[in-house]
Amino acid sequence: MTTVKINVNGKRHVHEVEDRTLLVNFLRDTLGLTGTHIGCDTSQCGACTVNVNGRAVKSCTMLAVQAQGAKVLTIEAMARKGKLHPIQQAFTECHGLQCGFCTPGMIMATAGLLEDNPDPSDDEIIHGLEGNLCRCTGYVNIVRAVKRAAELQRGAQ
Amino acid sequence: MYQFNYVKAKSLKEAGELLAAHPDAKLLAGGMTLLPTLKARLAQPTHLIDIGSLAGIKKITLKTKKLVIGAAVSHHAVAVSDEVKKAIPALARLAGLIGDPQVRNRGTLGGSVANNDPAADYPAAVLALNAKVVTARRRIKADDYFQGMFATALEPGEIVKSIEFPLPLRAAYAKFAHPASGYAMAGVFVAQVGKHVRVAVTGAGAGVFRWSAAEKALRKNMSPAALDKLTVDATDLNEDMHASREYRANLVKVMAQRAVAQLAGQ
Ligand SMILES: Cc1cc2nc3c(=O)[nH]c(=O)nc-3n(C[C@H](O)[C@H](O)[C@H](O)COP(=O)(O)OP(=O)(O)OC[C@H]3O[C@@H](n4cnc5c(N)ncnc54)[C@H](O)[C@@H]3O)c2cc1C
Ligand code: FES
Ligand code: FES
Repeated sequence: MTTVKINVNGKRHVHEVEDRTLLVNFLRDTLGLTGTHIGCDTSQCGACTVNVNGRAVKSCTMLAVQAQGAKVLTIEAMARKGKLHPIQQAFTECHGLQCGFCTPGMIMATAGLLEDNPDPSDDEIIHGLEGNLCRCTGYVNIVRAVKRAAELQRGAQ
Repeated sequence: MYQFNYVKAKSLKEAGELLAAHPDAKLLAGGMTLLPTLKARLAQPTHLIDIGSLAGIKKITLKTKKLVIGAAVSHHAVAVSDEVKKAIPALARLAGLIGDPQVRNRGTLGGSVANNDPAADYPAAVLALNAKVVTARRRIKADDYFQGMFATALEPGEIVKSIEFPLPLRAAYAKFAHPASGYAMAGVFVAQVGKHVRVAVTGAGAGVFRWSAAEKALRKNMSPAALDKLTVDATDLNEDMHASREYRANLVKVMAQRAVAQLAGQ
């Protein structure tokens, strides 16, 4: 067991965890932040994507103890005071989801993508979301949603 | 996952001592290969010794004749590094083609080279660029380092510190990525270092290998056409549900020609 101190969505948490605890299980089971999903066993689907120290990572492929001292942001931190984050707004407007299972990961991966590249082309979006699988949408509306999110974030209307 | 003890090493020296004290311990860098392996219960180390955040092996240094990249430098950091883009742009490009953004944010050069997956990208660059793998004990020439599927010259307890890449005159990498995993079904790195031309192939065989017939042909004539008449012997290549040996053999040639085409104008 190890005591981990992790800042999640601006709040400091101190918990004793088994060394083998995955970050995603720490977020979901220990902290009750179930917005971060688990979609696979093979590090491929990206449903578990969260932001650790400024970069998008797959929280199913990182140990909670590796996040010792880190700043973690999850989907729960995106909407503020009842107002959707521009990326969430864009996914809603563009119908960028159907069942919604992949959506928290898509949104966190999109946030990482737009941080690196605020005005991506379709091709750059497709490559930027390579680590996220969606079983419903066929991706067309996700690409649209990311373009719209980029517009909203750049302040265009 | 089975139980293990996680230890964050404070130095490479401490990591080495821990490895010596615990024969069934394993190093942990980005965890992008090791953690999926542990999740599938394919390994049962007693200890994980985390070297992923040691500052001493997270540096990229450009010297007059070589580029030195620390073992714990992430694929993302290589892909966006100004030094790498200036010295060996093909290497930055290769790093940007690995897996997906989340994998690139955590996975490291040292982890990839230590693991030596037969379909990994970095081994092709290390071998074609005639790089040296620097460990806490010695420097290993790429030609001696890679020894087939998941096999390397590393001895038990030996830790990769950095890779030293001699600066090439020009270099290029072309990869046919597996559509689901992103790993190379065939990846070819072509480098001209001094008078030498080296061609390294990943993804197609049991491990990265040099295609010497192509090297010879390209030394005389560095153009895609120089490879037109060559064929790759398919006998020892990989065959699986994704591609037959013969298909892979053809992919190697096509990727080599694409890499050479990229060299034009460099
Ligand atoms: C979804 C997915 C897609 C991927 N696609 C690709 C791809 O397209 N191309 C590609 O090349 N790779 C791909 N990878 C693998 C990825 O590049 C890994 O990051 C890399 O192979 C291992 O690096 P790591 O730092 O994560 O190592 P870890 O998983 O931490 O370690 C891997 C092995 O190396 C050992 N090790 C680590 N560091 C050292 C060191 N300094 N000295 C000695 N031994 C060490 C460990 O003990 C372990 O046995 C993919 C991975 C995933 C999950
Ligand atoms: S649950 Fe993490 S990648 Fe699928
Ligand atoms: S909306 Fe259902 S998996 Fe993407």
